[in-house]
Amino acid sequence: MNAAADASVSTFIVNGVRIELIDRGHGRPILFLHPHIGLDPSAPVLAMLAEGGRLIAPYHPGFGHSERPAGITTMDDLAYFYLDLMDALDLRDTLVIGVSLGAWIAAAIAVKSTARMAGLVLGNPVGIKVSDRETRDILDIFAMVEGEFLEKAFADPTVGQRDYRAMTDDEVTVVARNREAAALYAWSPYMHDPKLKGRLHRIRIPTLVLWGAGDRLVGEAYGRAFAAAVPGAKFVTIEQAGHFPHIEQPKAFAGRSLAFSEVG
Amino acid sequence: MTAVRGEKAGWAKARSAVPTDVRRWARAACHLAGPMAGSGRTRWLCPPYAFRAIIARPSTDLRHLHLISMRVYQFTEQPYFPAWSAHDGSLRVNLPNSRQDPKIAADLLHRYYDEWLIADEVGLDIMVNEHHATATCMSSTAIVALSILARQTRRARLLVLGYPIGHRGDPLRCAEELATIDVISRGRLDMGFIKGVPYEFPVSNQNAVGVMERFWEAHDFIIKAMTSHGEPFNWEGEHFHYRHVNLWPRPYQEPHPPVWGTTGSRGNARALGEKGYVMATLGTGFATRALFDAYRAGYAAAGRTAPSADRFGYLGLVAVAADERTAQARAEFVAGYVRTSGIVAPQFRNPTGYLSIEDNVRILRGEPRQRSRTKDGRFIDMHSASVQDLIDAAIMFCGTPDQVYGQIVEFCEYCGGMGNLIMMGHAGSLSHEDTVDNLTLFAKEVLPRLKEYKQPRAEAAA
Repeated sequence: MNAAADASVSTFIVNGVRIELIDRGHGRPILFLHPHIGLDPSAPVLAMLAEGGRLIAPYHPGFGHSERPAGITTMDDLAYFYLDLMDALDLRDTLVIGVSLGAWIAAAIAVKSTARMAGLVLGNPVGIKVSDRETRDILDIFAMVEGEFLEKAFADPTVGQRDYRAMTDDEVTVVARNREAAALYAWSPYMHDPKLKGRLHRIRIPTLVLWGAGDRLVGEAYGRAFAAAVPGAKFVTIEQAGHFPHIEQPKAFAGRSLAFSEVG
Repeated sequence: MTAVRGEKAGWAKARSAVPTDVRRWARAACHLAGPMAGSGRTRWLCPPYAFRAIIARPSTDLRHLHLISMRVYQFTEQPYFPAWSAHDGSLRVNLPNSRQDPKIAADLLHRYYDEWLIADEVGLDIMVNEHHATATCMSSTAIVALSILARQTRRARLLVLGYPIGHRGDPLRCAEELATIDVISRGRLDMGFIKGVPYEFPVSNQNAVGVMERFWEAHDFIIKAMTSHGEPFNWEGEHFHYRHVNLWPRPYQEPHPPVWGTTGSRGNARALGEKGYVMATLGTGFATRALFDAYRAGYAAAGRTAPSADRFGYLGLVAVAADERTAQARAEFVAGYVRTSGIVAPQFRNPTGYLSIEDNVRILRGEPRQRSRTKDGRFIDMHSASVQDLIDAAIMFCGTPDQVYGQIVEFCEYCGGMGNLIMMGHAGSLSHEDTVDNLTLFAKEVLPRLKEYKQPRAEAAA
């Protein structure tokens, strides 16, 4: 789906950085942070989340058509960028939801400041180191061909398949930009910040870790370890979903996220 | 294969062994050159001490030294070819090193250094390189090869092409190593700095995204370190930080050893031209001219006249023999380089960030990659091409000395001047005997004519 063709996609400038974001629905703010594979504006999960409030789903700097200035090169840079974005939009009591690399960003924001946040939902988060130095927590997505990635990342690999020959130049360009941005932020240390785990205790807002049980990139023990490092965090699995539960089980993902924020 | 030099030789022992080795090479050269002796301009004189005398004091053959424009650098990747027959689709990154026998590796490495010493003696220059985690190239750090050759060779220029400075965490150490090698060799170092092939990134762990920014900062730092002779300076850059930079020893050559670069893109070629560095290409065949012209445009944009041929280099595979049939047989072995260089597991072929977004869009769409072009405009894939196609594409120069000379001159004319031939005179499983004959015959029958050949000097296109 071409983001530019979707009426709900608009541009927004934060500190001189022009990004694209989806802004739809009304009510309390919900900030959705996409994983490293990017964001499809027609994804059902977005419409479902927008029923629970004002959904803001930005394309991270370097992803989609969003600019990435030379000064933004790390996950910390992205976290500060989103603190600025929440200031600029004057978001209050925000439910911040992230998936995979987006959940890493969400956690990196929350350890810095939860002043504008009411709750945190982390879908199959990455970003911390759990095992010993010779055990890879997360399979190396930069050392696999696309078919293997789909096998590992999706409970049903056909869900993630795309025909690049049938896509427009712009759409394929976005795929290539997403990949390059993911490598920039997550190549090394691979998919984690060695400091993050020791800072998760600072998150003192209600936190839910959702885990697609069919994830073969990262094991469930990793997700439980992540939840255990955040005070009071709940851990809930979603069946028939892999590393991207918001894509494979959008109803369960959106439903549990919204229900959690109402109770929490 | 046989190890010519004893494996246990330490540095002191190696030094004392040099005269013996020279006699041994001389015997080999005399033996191999025997059938041609007297047929060319140079006679290989025997007994060995006479051969050595020629080496020590070049006479008639090198009388045009002051007119020389063409240099020829002998290059081998120091392959571990015994592992090439069973590789499960990948000779790089993930081929277990259990497929290598260190004893065979030692024999091969000693043999390759012996062949480089012969190259030095017969009037060729030398190029070394490095690759990582691969059976295609046992040189895992070019500094080792340069260190050995700086001490053991006598006259050859020593080109590293290249040193992947964007992968190195410590450019101060790079500058120190290169400066020391320049001093030991008494000013014979040529410094080629390169980005590195795609397969290096999974091994070095450097991020391919932004590698050229790191590359240019390392380059700027190394040049400043080599040219600063006053108070130590400090460096607080984007990627590198130092407090007291003060090179001891400083480089032998002033202001610093010549800088070389490689590229396959016009944009980088222009940037190299603006700096006036030597630019070399590989496998570009009859698509080379556009890159050289982009260099010329950059060179002119910096306010200079047209670059002379010595600003350009080209890597060509070389198989020369007294008769065409023998040359063709050698060529099949030498072609082992291009036929194996692309054998790598698909997940390591294109690390994210290595190529531009535009190139990756084409790859995602399954559009064929750019291939090499022959003189008559055909595109070939150099990894699978026949020897004849490689010759037609000027990726290989092959035949009798007359034929090889003619092919090289034709290519130089096409390029508008190309003054540095990087000659892959050994590759694959070409035997020691064939390699020695390839080098000595080239040096005897082709090199003198190339040195006399007057290069064209093309202007930048308007």
